[in-house]
Amino acid sequence: MTDTVTKMAVINSTKVLPSDVIIKLYESNADVTIKETCFGVIVSGERKAVDELLSTARKMDPYGIFIKERGFAPGDVIRCRATRRGGARPGFHTLETEDKILPHIAQALKALDKGEVPEKKKQKKKLDIEKFKQIIEEAEVSE
Amino acid sequence: MKIFIYPTNSLILSDLVARFGHEPLAIMQEISKKIKTGGLDSPPLNITPEDPKFGLKYAAVEVPSGVRGRMSLFDPLLTQAGAAIIVRDPVISFGCMGCARTNELVNFLIRAKKIPMLELDYPVSEEDAREFVFRISEFLKSLKPAEEKE
Repeated sequence: MTDTVTKMAVINSTKVLPSDVIIKLYESNADVTIKETCFGVIVSGERKAVDELLSTARKMDPYGIFIKERGFAPGDVIRCRATRRGGARPGFHTLETEDKILPHIAQALKALDKGEVPEKKKQKKKLDIEKFKQIIEEAEVSE
Repeated sequence: MKIFIYPTNSLILSDLVARFGHEPLAIMQEISKKIKTGGLDSPPLNITPEDPKFGLKYAAVEVPSGVRGRMSLFDPLLTQAGAAIIVRDPVISFGCMGCARTNELVNFLIRAKKIPMLELDYPVSEEDAREFVFRISEFLKSLKPAEEKE
């Protein structure tokens, strides 16, 4: 049995659109199924072909294209919203939450490639109970 | 090396682990195996009555079958994990990641395994993100690289 895999590429780029990536993927003429979505593209096929294809596509914007595996193939009737009468598909909220952080991650990856070492942040200490009691007492006195 | 990630469906962690030359252990690959198995017994995820029985390895029979069924999905990930990257209290673990009790159990089991582990918080600013990515890269560099898949 061949090792088939479905991967999604989430595009959070200022210079590349999902449609650009789709054209690049079609150019390869590889034996895979491709679907353009609002967040990027979904590619399904043999693992080796999918990995090669997506690593080529990532070169268009290495810091703007993020890839992860997906359980369901594109357009799977079990998962597709068209057959489930709408609503967000399971997994959408995770994607939505992480999508908001992607620009920060992209900047961080850029900085890492430049060899920048971030300053260690000071750990926030929990408030001491005695200090807290003192604050309460002071507040009561001022009233 | 195979790296367990938590949240187990995280795009960011999955991408970063693969980017730095390791193999992420994500829940998606287990779901994929389930739904590709010939003859769909129990759509949508093909979790059959047999699965909660596999979950008995981790949870007692009185524990809800939902937890045990989920644990049967997590079992291969926990078994294969050579290291782990855990994000503390992710907001999304309340939603699509589902069951809070399963998540607690998974976190406990991964800690009990005594494998190299990195604990982080989700970044909220660019500064946080720089530290987040830097710490992940340093952690992954300190581990053995992943073997090539055929």
